[in-house]
Amino acid sequence: MGEGAKGRSPWPSPHRNLVIMPIPLSYSYRNLLTRRLTSFLTAAGMALVVFVFAAALMLAEGLRQTLVATGSFDNAIVLRAGSETEVQSALDRTQAAIVTAQPEIAMGPEGPLVASEAMVLINLAKRGTGRPANVMIRGVQPGSLALRREVRLIEGRWFRPGSTELVAGAQIARRFVGAGLGEELRFAMRTWRIVGVFDAGNTGFASEIWGDVEQLLQAFRRTAYSSVILRLQDPLAFAGLKARLEADPRLPVQVRREVEFYEAQSRRLADFIRMLGLVLTAIFGLGAVLGAMVTMYAQVGTRIAEIGTLRALGFPRHDILLAFLVEAGLLGGLGWIIGLVPAGLLNFFTLSTVNWASFAELTFRFTLTPGIVLKSLAFGVGMGLLGGLLPAIKAARLPLLEALKAP
Amino acid sequence: MNGAAGKGELLLPRPFPQKNLKMLKLTWRNLFRHPLRASLTILGLAVAVLAFCLLRTVVAAWYAGVEASSPLRLVTRNAISLMYPLPLAYLPKIQNVAGVTKVAYAYWFEGIYIDKKHFFPQFAASLPGYLDIYPEFLIPPEQKLALVQDRRGCIAGRRLAQRFGWRLGDAITLTGTYFKGEYRLILRAVYTGKEPETDETLLFFHYDYLNETLKKTDPKQADQVGWFMVQIARGDLAAPVSRHIDALFKNSLAETITETEKAFQMGFVEMTSAILMAMRVVSWAIIGVIMIVLANTMAMSARERLGEYAVLKTLGFRPRHLAGLILGESLLLAALGGVAGLALSIPAVRVFPPDVTQYFPGLEVSPQTQLLGLTVALAVGGLAAILPAYRATQIGIAQALRKVG
Repeated sequence: MGEGAKGRSPWPSPHRNLVIMPIPLSYSYRNLLTRRLTSFLTAAGMALVVFVFAAALMLAEGLRQTLVATGSFDNAIVLRAGSETEVQSALDRTQAAIVTAQPEIAMGPEGPLVASEAMVLINLAKRGTGRPANVMIRGVQPGSLALRREVRLIEGRWFRPGSTELVAGAQIARRFVGAGLGEELRFAMRTWRIVGVFDAGNTGFASEIWGDVEQLLQAFRRTAYSSVILRLQDPLAFAGLKARLEADPRLPVQVRREVEFYEAQSRRLADFIRMLGLVLTAIFGLGAVLGAMVTMYAQVGTRIAEIGTLRALGFPRHDILLAFLVEAGLLGGLGWIIGLVPAGLLNFFTLSTVNWASFAELTFRFTLTPGIVLKSLAFGVGMGLLGGLLPAIKAARLPLLEALKAP
Repeated sequence: MNGAAGKGELLLPRPFPQKNLKMLKLTWRNLFRHPLRASLTILGLAVAVLAFCLLRTVVAAWYAGVEASSPLRLVTRNAISLMYPLPLAYLPKIQNVAGVTKVAYAYWFEGIYIDKKHFFPQFAASLPGYLDIYPEFLIPPEQKLALVQDRRGCIAGRRLAQRFGWRLGDAITLTGTYFKGEYRLILRAVYTGKEPETDETLLFFHYDYLNETLKKTDPKQADQVGWFMVQIARGDLAAPVSRHIDALFKNSLAETITETEKAFQMGFVEMTSAILMAMRVVSWAIIGVIMIVLANTMAMSARERLGEYAVLKTLGFRPRHLAGLILGESLLLAALGGVAGLALSIPAVRVFPPDVTQYFPGLEVSPQTQLLGLTVALAVGGLAAILPAYRATQIGIAQALRKVG
């Protein structure tokens, strides 16, 4: 401490290399406090940008997580080769039977954990607006339920096999006309009754309707399943199963891990949202950086005499530069805090839109991850520093004598 | 004090126009007192107005299909969803409905050209009938003839042909995804749009080519169409004709939904309405950002000039003059920024990368968007001036003169 005080000599040259205490941090933040309105307005501008930045990333992340959570790591999905979605895929009964007889399949309490399923896309009207949207109907087998750990019934009962009964995912039951408990849907020349509602947590299954696969196939005059889902006894056996099935000349199929399959489904839309968000925030960020620049230039302008005094006290140029940069960085940090709080509240909001991969409506939540928190911190502080750099250089380069002469 | 001060105006030079002129001059001078600050603020405003206009334009482009739809066209599709086809056998039944003038049909062909990145919409359609329903597609007669005469012929929009550098007679090979197999097409015609919003990025080829191939490779999929395009005689027939068509196929295996082209296109847009909504919200957020920036600039300038305002007040200028001074400066800044942003937005649309513009035919900053951008900029200018102007009018002369710096 004593050394530091000695270092603050008005004579620059010989003492320069001695230990010189930098300008204390409090100088920077007290300056921000003195000009409360200006500091707040500048930070608020950056906060809006941070908010949009974080919201876009949260949306893309929420979409990805929902679809990743839809798959289970030890499940595999078998589709027709070349199909990207279950709706495009078709496996006839012979092919499905071969797949369901593989030795790698795990056994559950009620038989092997494997199910041949069929996907149907139907148009339903939304409650309130009446606008139609595509909804996935999944024809399932008894094994299907055990394969999905997140799915559990919350209202009513499961459909009876062999009947025209359906069970709706919670998101669908809430948002579509005729999909609520006890309501009826009419399609494929039959009337289907909703006898239950299931909860599937934060997964894509919450945006589906389930029914008996045989009934659905008959109603739609189809003979082929869409896909076969199976649980592996040992997740490591995947590579062997994949190689054997894909090489089997009877089976024109591809085998994928369920997690990877669903993550691929999210990619196109998530990339679009992320791209759009980044392009927008880049433009926004430019506006906010200019705002920070205006503020910091004004700060430098009103503090010329002060800067001169600091220089006269022996603080070198780079300390002045640092002090102003710290001030600008703090502004950015403040913007980050103000912006991230409302973004964090978005965590409780869900959004539903069509997923371009499956063409069906999907509901997902904004999701805040530590990565996004850090990214937006870097973004906010970065904006502040960028805006403060030129003014700080100007402050550091002020000629000492003229600065002291300033009023 | 108040009343007396009010009468004090008598002391001022009378000719008001001249005084107002002086105020204008002062406003102008104030504007560029800190050239750097003014130009940074104007630049910020320009960026914001630019972003606002671009966002609005992209959202509007999403609705381009809806805007370009004709009230004389109906779309008949499978009631279950578009994923399900309709039998070709429905054609004569629909043709017989009173009020229907023309019926054509098409199938969405999800083919891959070179690789997945080269996506563009492809339709297997009943040619040339399908194109006759679209009078906004302009096709040279000799090209149309060549198209009709070649079963493997196809027709592409002008922008699509430009994108890949196709010329008439070029071979285009599409690899089917939903329909298996390779389809080797030959470009026989290129259409141009009559209106600027007409979609010039589509490709049509003969439905018969697809159907004949399917009959050989996958007979179950043959003789089915994705949708029927129905032209009606008058717009007011849309509702009765739709009801009539749907009643024809009620309780059949493939029930239909018939709606106007506008409602049909709207259905696609509605699917992504959440994203559109987010883009709208964001477009206003950027206006919020820039309003804060401008308000900040004005507040700083006004604070620095409090002493001057006190002098002006002493000279007998009324609070409204001071408010006018600040408001005028703010509006000038906003107007300069707004105009700069609008001027930038026109070339900015051009530099959008082609893989973005391919999804948005007719990406053009409309006059309405420009007007909205300018209005918003001026409104921002007005709003940003309120607080500083209020402060300046409230300031006590003695207090302000005492304050240094």
